[in-house]
Amino acid sequence: MNNEKAPLLEMRNIKKDFFGNQVLTDINLKLNEGDVLGLCGENGAGKSTLMKILFGASDITSTGGYGGDILIDGQKVSFSSPFEAIAAGIGMVHQEFSLIPGFDATENILLNREPKKSNIVSEVFGDRLDTLDRKEMDERAKAAIEKMGVSIDQHMMINSMPVGHKQFTEIARELSKEQLRILILDEPTAVLTEREAEALLDSIRGMSARGITVIFITHRLQEILSVCNKVAVMRDGVLVQEVPAKETSVEQITHWMVGRDVKGGSAAVSTRTHEDAKTILKIEKLWVDMPGETVRNVNLEVKEGEILGIGGLAGQGKLGIPNGIMGLYEAGGKVTFDGNEIPLNNPRKCLDSSFAFVSEDRRGVGLLLDESLEWNVAFPAMQIQNKFLKYYLGGLVKWRDEKAIREVTEKYIDELKIKCTSSKQNARELSGGNQQKICLAKAFALEPRVLFVSEPTRGIDVGAKALVLDALKKFNRENGVTVVMISSELEELRQTCDRIAIVSGGKISGILPASSSVEELGTLMLSNVI
Amino acid sequence: MTKDKFKAALKSFGLPRLIIAGFLLLLLIMAPFVGADLPTQISNIINRFSWNGILVLAMVPMVHSGCGLNFGLPLGIISGLLGATLSIEFGFTGPLSFLAAVVIATPFALILGALYGWLLNKIKGGEMMIATYVGFSSVSLMCMMWLILPYHSPNMVWGLSGKGLRTTISLEGYYIGALAKIGQINIGAISIPTGTLLFFALLAFAIWAFLHTKTGTAMTAVGSNPAFARAAGINVDKIRMLSVIMSTWLAAIGILVYEQGFGFIQLYMAPFYMALPAVSAILIGGASVNKATIMNVIVGTILFQGIVTMTPTVMNNMIHMDMSEVIRIIASMGMILFALTRKTEAAK
Repeated sequence: MNNEKAPLLEMRNIKKDFFGNQVLTDINLKLNEGDVLGLCGENGAGKSTLMKILFGASDITSTGGYGGDILIDGQKVSFSSPFEAIAAGIGMVHQEFSLIPGFDATENILLNREPKKSNIVSEVFGDRLDTLDRKEMDERAKAAIEKMGVSIDQHMMINSMPVGHKQFTEIARELSKEQLRILILDEPTAVLTEREAEALLDSIRGMSARGITVIFITHRLQEILSVCNKVAVMRDGVLVQEVPAKETSVEQITHWMVGRDVKGGSAAVSTRTHEDAKTILKIEKLWVDMPGETVRNVNLEVKEGEILGIGGLAGQGKLGIPNGIMGLYEAGGKVTFDGNEIPLNNPRKCLDSSFAFVSEDRRGVGLLLDESLEWNVAFPAMQIQNKFLKYYLGGLVKWRDEKAIREVTEKYIDELKIKCTSSKQNARELSGGNQQKICLAKAFALEPRVLFVSEPTRGIDVGAKALVLDALKKFNRENGVTVVMISSELEELRQTCDRIAIVSGGKISGILPASSSVEELGTLMLSNVI
Repeated sequence: MTKDKFKAALKSFGLPRLIIAGFLLLLLIMAPFVGADLPTQISNIINRFSWNGILVLAMVPMVHSGCGLNFGLPLGIISGLLGATLSIEFGFTGPLSFLAAVVIATPFALILGALYGWLLNKIKGGEMMIATYVGFSSVSLMCMMWLILPYHSPNMVWGLSGKGLRTTISLEGYYIGALAKIGQINIGAISIPTGTLLFFALLAFAIWAFLHTKTGTAMTAVGSNPAFARAAGINVDKIRMLSVIMSTWLAAIGILVYEQGFGFIQLYMAPFYMALPAVSAILIGGASVNKATIMNVIVGTILFQGIVTMTPTVMNNMIHMDMSEVIRIIASMGMILFALTRKTEAAK
């Protein structure tokens, strides 16, 4: 036997790919009893995947398992289902609530692990018909809740609880398991108020003191520093740093999280300033009710001729801004374009004021998948600006001008290097990158004065990304079109834009020139996350 | 024509259509051998095509706007029937009564179509189911109305009581053959209703042309992807409403054309049986729930009516027993069943 006690949990060279797409590369982690690990990383860095592997989630096993070893107490384990993980003492609290709404807290906490009393019927038909020992249940649930150091009415129905209490109930459920040794908390404080979050952090400290190891995933870096003794940062599926919490700071963690290859601002930015340019678009007190991307209060000024980037973490409301202005989701506030107020909730009025929008939902909103490229490119311009039409009977009949439509489509196919068999091909048959170019061509054909582009590089390969971004820049430079580009990728914004506005918690948390460092932008991104 | 082109043409025509066309051809070849009169049969197919073509054409606008197949066809047919009966009630006779029927049916079709369109805009996604029940309930309501409405023309009301419309009203002296007789061509036993065919061609051309206009393009886009159309500033509800009104009006005109060929106005439950054959015809013609062309209408109507006419005749002659009605029902219902199974194949 080793003199040194084996760590409670050890992960060795964990690898995972989804159908050839590498999402985790050589993750190594060691945790001792009572450790609290703060795990951070941008959306899509691989945090959740790693935790799912540890918890034996079915979407890992069904996609071909993982590479590497997981050891608990020095013993190699491999969980094929969450039940096995639970039996081995691992508990997980998910981002989404997994509670039964019509049951009260006690029932949820002890679901399927209720203490039971036997009765006559169960003597005959087996223990599935035992009666629940309500008194014992209450006591156990109470004990679990007390462990957290908060007070929850244990007889309150889940559906009438505030979110914070739901979250506590879920944690209490894990704590009530006697074998619990490792607890995974996936963004537990995201829905909590400050005071509730503080209470939760206290209870994490308490758990740690009792020897339970906690893995704590959050975007609120301050919390990590206050409660964790170790910090691990993930980026693009790689564990980039693992340090004791005492030796680091929020700035440093941010740097590790977002900094891809930070070689002194590698982005070759040809920053231009448009300070003298007039404000072409003014957004005041904008709110947008877009599910998952709520915009609360956005004030923003866009200068004529610039490329303004809008960045931020997923769910903070950056996508809501263009969708709200273009009238695709219910919105309120005031939008002034070139001195005229633009009515909201009316797509037609926006388009008439020579706005154009390339939606992030390419297949859902951006394209007519079952129609030809010609239709996709020419349709909005035809409907809004009466382009590509021939007039008969003194203007009474507005006939589609197939020749003009083909010409304009072929022009953009050439310009944007769209790979297709002909302009008659259906949009569905194109690859993601080429579909995105069609979406751009559609917007270019409108010859807008302001172009909103939402997530222009989502789901397309690196080569196509560069082409799409170059096309946007060229369109901006040559035609003097003001571009507002929304993207989750900071690096891409820094390469393309002149200024970058960061959205956080449905508000603009700051606007910086594109030459700003990734750390500065990252700090803004995480500033008032909700 | 190169081999590839031939293959492509074959593929666009579609295997189901090829099989049905082959079967129809087989029936036509068999007909003389089992003792059926081929020219009469061909003449029959052409006539039935001319009667039904516009009813099938009525499917096209709603399919294009994404409202699905117009199972609510009876609503338009009822507008047509109101036009027909009122035209006779007001004393129009001869071919003029056809024109009067069209004129009178139009406002009914527009109003009922607008109401129907408003309803369909409320229940996006479930159009076809709701449309079916709109058809059902409107037919039932009119069953009562035909009895109650104060019609007096002795040619239409029940003989004994002197009120309430008869189930079948002869168009002799009114607009029987109003279109068919225009430039009718008779070659031996084959008679071609030139006027009716031309009238169908006129309306088909009008729809084809409409689909090439700005509004028509918008209609197709709405059917193809309503979210895209909305983002392009199209008022989706308005376009859908327009398509429903167009479908309803075409159904009204379609039934009048059907009557002038058939020679009778059929009331009460008759409109009930008109929707499914029309839906089937366009599906057999190769249309899907959200794509339909004029060619689908023409091919589908010929194939559907061809099979429905030929099968009973050939079978009858083969077994020497008069079962034509039974076989006709089996054949037409079988075709409808087949066509509806095709619906999923074509859907996205």
